[in-house]
Amino acid sequence: MPAQSIWTLLSWGPDGWSDDIAYGVIVTVLLALATLPIGLTIGFFIALGKQSEEPSLRLAANIYTTVFRGLPELVTLFLFFFGMPILLQHLIRYFRPEATIDVNSFVAGMIVLSLIFSSYASEVFLSAFRAIPKGQYEGGYSIGLSKWQTMRLVILPQLLRIAFPGLENCWLSLLKDTSLVSVVGLAETLRNAGVAARVTKHSFLFYSIAALVFLALAIVSSFATSAILRSLGKREAQR
Amino acid sequence: MSATAALVERPPPRTRGWPRQRIVGYALVCLWIAFGLGIVSYLVFAWNPAFFAKYAPAYLQGLGVTLSLVAISMVLGAVMSVPVAYGRMSRNRILSGLAYCYVYFFRGTPLLVQTFLVYYGVGSFRPQLSEFGIYLPVISDGLTFVRFTLWDFFKDAFNCGIFAFALNTAAYQAEILRGAIESVHRGQWEGAASLGLHKLQTLRKIILPQALIVALRPYGNELILMVKASAIVAIITVYDLMGNAKLAFANSFDIQAYIWVALVYLVMVELLRHAIEWIERRITIHLKR
Repeated sequence: MPAQSIWTLLSWGPDGWSDDIAYGVIVTVLLALATLPIGLTIGFFIALGKQSEEPSLRLAANIYTTVFRGLPELVTLFLFFFGMPILLQHLIRYFRPEATIDVNSFVAGMIVLSLIFSSYASEVFLSAFRAIPKGQYEGGYSIGLSKWQTMRLVILPQLLRIAFPGLENCWLSLLKDTSLVSVVGLAETLRNAGVAARVTKHSFLFYSIAALVFLALAIVSSFATSAILRSLGKREAQR
Repeated sequence: MSATAALVERPPPRTRGWPRQRIVGYALVCLWIAFGLGIVSYLVFAWNPAFFAKYAPAYLQGLGVTLSLVAISMVLGAVMSVPVAYGRMSRNRILSGLAYCYVYFFRGTPLLVQTFLVYYGVGSFRPQLSEFGIYLPVISDGLTFVRFTLWDFFKDAFNCGIFAFALNTAAYQAEILRGAIESVHRGQWEGAASLGLHKLQTLRKIILPQALIVALRPYGNELILMVKASAIVAIITVYDLMGNAKLAFANSFDIQAYIWVALVYLVMVELLRHAIEWIERRITIHLKR
């Protein structure tokens, strides 16, 4: 292989690796964005379960967070990625014995990351729930709103406002955790950078680029969240 | 006493019968029980003495590697976090800027990327690293001196793991330390100064004892995070707990390799969590009213 300059390696196109890494960045962002709504929804319901009066509901929710916060992310990912096909294989054998199953690494990553994200987000939601005074619920009921309406119209807007900084932290760690999915073969930023490093033998260069990409994503999302926070504050001021 | 007791609200009476919440709750608990029983019955059903005899010692050894990795990098990180925290709190623009960049980099990028950067990236600097060396005395048939270069340090994956983990946790611990020290009221510094204590004495005798109580819980969380994150070194070919599980799975294609390791991690994290809670209860006993 002829010696190539670093600028050739970093160029866009067949000789350079920029396009591959950019493709990886898109996958990283898509994975994080696809996980976010699922994780938020599950996390919200787990928090609801944790602050409910029913002990069995609290127990079930607490087991969930204990398990998924206690297990290392990597172990959860491997258990799911290798265990799920076996389980599905056993189930599907009853219907079609010759079928085989492969778990897509994007889907597996999405499911595992939403399990982890939701268990952290549920703690944030729980502390936000505790910050809302009981009078808010009672006020909602007293003007004739149903339980669900009170939740949606009175509690949820305040809850999101209080939980926002905590959720921002969860989002940042979600962005970082997406890099783990590269281990089961998803072609995201880190994996593509790793391929480039192996082919070109410029490991330090390409892993630094991967690190800078994650740093840039964190900076961009902190700008985005501060913009959201500002607009939330403005809306509150107008009221 | 009776007046306050009357003011305290009684908890509402427990609802009877089967409201929707209770049905859902029982269903979910039953789901968890079924899940747990499923795993236990799978482990019993797939019980394989040969597998156990072959891999149990490896797992134990891996546990030792994991624990020593976490312990060494936590201690090194704690030592390195002191200058970083000092820089963060310093009034000197350059110093605080540098410390801020350090913390931002290590908290903003995934630990996996940092580990790869050290393990694979350092290989790019092999010639330069081989130049720095010290002569260490080695006792093997008489005292001889062996040249030990930086490259000899970095070619071992375990050392790379420790290096990356210590740098990473130093950033987090610096923030914990800074937060804890800043949580102590300024009046404490002023009071100590008015008693004629100088800065270091104030820090050691007045500020740190109060700050460390605040810092205990974040430190505990950081320890738990490190135990969990240490599974990452399995990817750079260190045979820690996770690394041995990977090896066992690759050899046997038996998913119980990962189930056992998950159980070990879960027990470890839960033990740590309860231990930290117990310590916190003990050392805040004087704050209870």
